[in-house]
Amino acid sequence: MHMVVLSTTDLAIAATLVLLLALLSMYMRTGVSRQLLVAAVRTTLQLTLIGLVLKALFANAQPGWVALLSLSMLLIAGREVMARQERRFRGWWGYAIGTVSMFLSSFAVTIFALVVILNNVPWYSPQYAIPLLGMLLGNTMTGISIAMDRLNQAAWDQRSIIEARLMLGERWDVAVAEYRRKAIRSGMIPMINAMAAAGVVSLPGMMTGQILAGAAPVEAVKYQILIMFLITAGTGVGTLLAVSIGSRHLFDQRQRLCLDRLHAPDR
Amino acid sequence: MLGPVTLSLAAGECLCITGPSGSGKTLLLRALADLDPHDGEVLLQDMPARAIAPPQWRRQVGLLPPESSWWLRTARAHFHTVPPFTPALLGLEEDILDRPVNRLSSGERQRLALLRLLANRPHVLLLDEPTANLDADNTQRVEQLIADYRRQRHAAVIWVSHDPAQVKRVATRHARLIDGLLKEE
Repeated sequence: MHMVVLSTTDLAIAATLVLLLALLSMYMRTGVSRQLLVAAVRTTLQLTLIGLVLKALFANAQPGWVALLSLSMLLIAGREVMARQERRFRGWWGYAIGTVSMFLSSFAVTIFALVVILNNVPWYSPQYAIPLLGMLLGNTMTGISIAMDRLNQAAWDQRSIIEARLMLGERWDVAVAEYRRKAIRSGMIPMINAMAAAGVVSLPGMMTGQILAGAAPVEAVKYQILIMFLITAGTGVGTLLAVSIGSRHLFDQRQRLCLDRLHAPDR
Repeated sequence: MLGPVTLSLAAGECLCITGPSGSGKTLLLRALADLDPHDGEVLLQDMPARAIAPPQWRRQVGLLPPESSWWLRTARAHFHTVPPFTPALLGLEEDILDRPVNRLSSGERQRLALLRLLANRPHVLLLDEPTANLDADNTQRVEQLIADYRRQRHAAVIWVSHDPAQVKRVATRHARLIDGLLKEE
């Protein structure tokens, strides 16, 4: 088996498809053509850059560099989680809840997989560590941002119910339990759906990539199953953590609902 | 904003608070029920609020907001203990507890919310316009029920009202809240 190496011309041909779509959108006045082009340019630049970084990293597999790249991936993912919530927590909490939860879930699951399952030497080998961490962070990020958005929105919308329950003497965790459960559910559903549809409706990207690169399908499938399980564990634990910390932070020491801790959008 | 408010209430007393909208009546009740942060100190039988766990405090110092909230299908599901009075005493049918809450009128829900609050047997009742949605007959029933509860359990009541005639009927003391300051009359 061999892999077809892509030339710049091949990519340029693919790019014309996006360009045509942008022109069509402009013609139909959808208002997204500019966004579409900016996103396409961003994806090209960002992926080229990470390609160069990975190339340098593979040539120089020092644990310090691997850690540095992992950390910057985490910090950017943390920012993304915050940006995707309409009613995020104000100040550092808005950033910290997502970032700390991702650190505790994605990093723990990645290190566990590298040390216990893949058993590579050295365990931090960037060829495995970085793609694994990237996939975990990407999915955990989505799960946490959906769940936190849901939790904070529910607290905002259902304020009178939550406070009525407090007035009747319920503890904060009882008063918010239903919204907490729903938030966790909505964070985990995309992953559960992805596992249910995998192979029947969709061929997961990583497996497809390995097959395109010439790997035997059965081997690619085994990797895909591993990744699915890791992502599910990482997303689930990350979502549980973020929603637990977040729901507690909706209340103060005297178990009062503190909606002034949430960012209120102007429109 | 609520200015410095000094207030003490004996068991069995009923203090009516009146005042223009926005003068801080609701804020005062919420602070007493420990639902909003405040710098003041609130004592119940010489015990400061901060020495009592918030859920216990709110069961003893029960707040009835002007709009009732319900989160389960029937009213009965919201009751953890049997209320000290029957719905009939408030002019409600006996089966009302098992009907879907969202089919009830706001007046029916408001009276049920009072029963739900009394089921906790609070020592202090904080009532924020408890008869706002009610006709004259039901207003009278609610006033009678609260008077009975106050007498039977020696409960203290703080009652926010807009109706001077009601204040005359139910109050043992009357104070006006203006710009966050309380003036007893």
